[in-house]
Amino acid sequence: MNSRRDPVAHAVLLIGAFMFIAPMWLLFAGSTQDSASIARGDLSFLPGHEGFGAYARALSGPVPRMLLISFGMALAIAVGKIIISVLSAFAVAFFRFPGRQVAFWLIFITLMLPVEVRIIPTYSVMAGLGLINTFTGLWLPLIASATATLLFRQVFVAIPDELVEAARMDGAGPLRFLWDIVLPVSGANIAALFVILFIYGWNQYLWPLLVATNPRLDTIVIGIVKLIAVETETDWSAVMATAMLALLPPVVVVVLMQRWFVAGLTEGEK
Amino acid sequence: MERRTLFGQRLLPMALVVPQFLLTLIFFLWPACEAVWSSLTRQDPFGLHSQFAGFDNFVELFTDPLYVDSIGRTAFFMAAVSALSMSLALLLAVFADRDIRGRMTYRTLLIWPYAIAPAMAAVLWILLLQPRIGIIGVWLNRRGIAWDYHLNDAQAMLVIVLACAWKQVSYNFIFFLAGLQSVPRAVLEAARMDGARGWHRFRTITFPLLAPTTFFLLVVNLVYAAFDTFGTIQALTQGGPGKATETLVVKVYRDGIVNLDIGSSSAQSVVLMLGVIALTALQFRFLGRRRTT
Repeated sequence: MNSRRDPVAHAVLLIGAFMFIAPMWLLFAGSTQDSASIARGDLSFLPGHEGFGAYARALSGPVPRMLLISFGMALAIAVGKIIISVLSAFAVAFFRFPGRQVAFWLIFITLMLPVEVRIIPTYSVMAGLGLINTFTGLWLPLIASATATLLFRQVFVAIPDELVEAARMDGAGPLRFLWDIVLPVSGANIAALFVILFIYGWNQYLWPLLVATNPRLDTIVIGIVKLIAVETETDWSAVMATAMLALLPPVVVVVLMQRWFVAGLTEGEK
Repeated sequence: MERRTLFGQRLLPMALVVPQFLLTLIFFLWPACEAVWSSLTRQDPFGLHSQFAGFDNFVELFTDPLYVDSIGRTAFFMAAVSALSMSLALLLAVFADRDIRGRMTYRTLLIWPYAIAPAMAAVLWILLLQPRIGIIGVWLNRRGIAWDYHLNDAQAMLVIVLACAWKQVSYNFIFFLAGLQSVPRAVLEAARMDGARGWHRFRTITFPLLAPTTFFLLVVNLVYAAFDTFGTIQALTQGGPGKATETLVVKVYRDGIVNLDIGSSSAQSVVLMLGVIALTALQFRFLGRRRTT
């Protein structure tokens, strides 16, 4: 194996890490600077003298509500997707029933039609169902999930036949088996998927832009893009403070649950 | 893989797939059918009547130089983002796979950006490159270099390629690192004993063994660049200046939601669907092959 002293590797990795940390640090530094000097083009890597005033300004506006909407949306999408896909993966893995092939095809269709390719028709369907500008509209249509279903199916298929046999001998029905055996056994996969889906939900942009034109339903990501689109008299440090608040929750989730989430991500694709 | 032991019920499993079935039907199949239908019809300017128009919308689309330009632009953008993001991630993964001090810290430092939303990546790049407040943008302009991606087409394309590739590096890094870790150590040891070193060993042994990962990532990156970059582009350039950064998805959004041209945007949606279906089929053919190896 290579020796632990490997200056080239350290140099490359430090430059790589810097590429990602630097903009994030700049965002933090900017959030503590004076908006007028940022607007003059004097944004600096050194934190300013304004302290956390910009955070107070940001939080006194609609930002807390936006954070709440983002949090609710991300949570509903993650939990909803997990429930829906556990149920259908369980059905596909442990039963043979009429329509099983159809179920498979439906899963593939979901995979093939992301929101981006069906912008207009989806909007009209949402309007027909009265889901435009509702909180339900933000999350419900996003919880059908092909990748989650395929991942769970793969996990469930790997559960030893002996366990199923034993459960049947004990007289446990399928739902009892799902609750007592299948769910506990897949705990790590559920946790990993939760991280991935929470971030997916938190980071949505096009979907909320389409279905929620009412500013009261703006997510934090939508809110920031609106803020930076106003080119004149932008309160830059407040924008940066808001951006920090939008970035922190998903970053904290990824860093804290890194191991689970990396395993879940790479296993899902194998 | 199939299991031997199954439960006997028939109604229960059907009930279990009902939620997924309904969601797919209402929010995926119905809109998709509607897209196909409206792509084959033509509406009067007031949206009151529509009549069947066959493939007129498609013919119009593919004879429209603006649309053909957008296809070329999108293809270039997809290739540039994928190439840049994947090569950078591979480089970082190769070094992060080495047995060096602090490698777990390095990994965390390269994995956390996975959490950044496409639209938030745009915000971070504005701090760097925006001509009046961005730290690099201001520096360039003060040195007399006319840098403004709101005015210059090539600069606008450069900015969205950089921001979109940057955002995808951590995803690619995670997969390349996992791929490298699954390369058998014994194979590398053997190559080392035979005197293969550094670049030569990477090119002849490691890279070929990474081929499945690379191919998988290529498809994922093309899909990402085509569809998931909407937020980044919208926040940075809104497809401008003019149409310089108008990718196909940005164009559907502009034509459909902003300009309300339903017929054309539905035809565009159908074209995009065919594109995604082709890419997905490619990925599954490959995944099927990978499962057997």
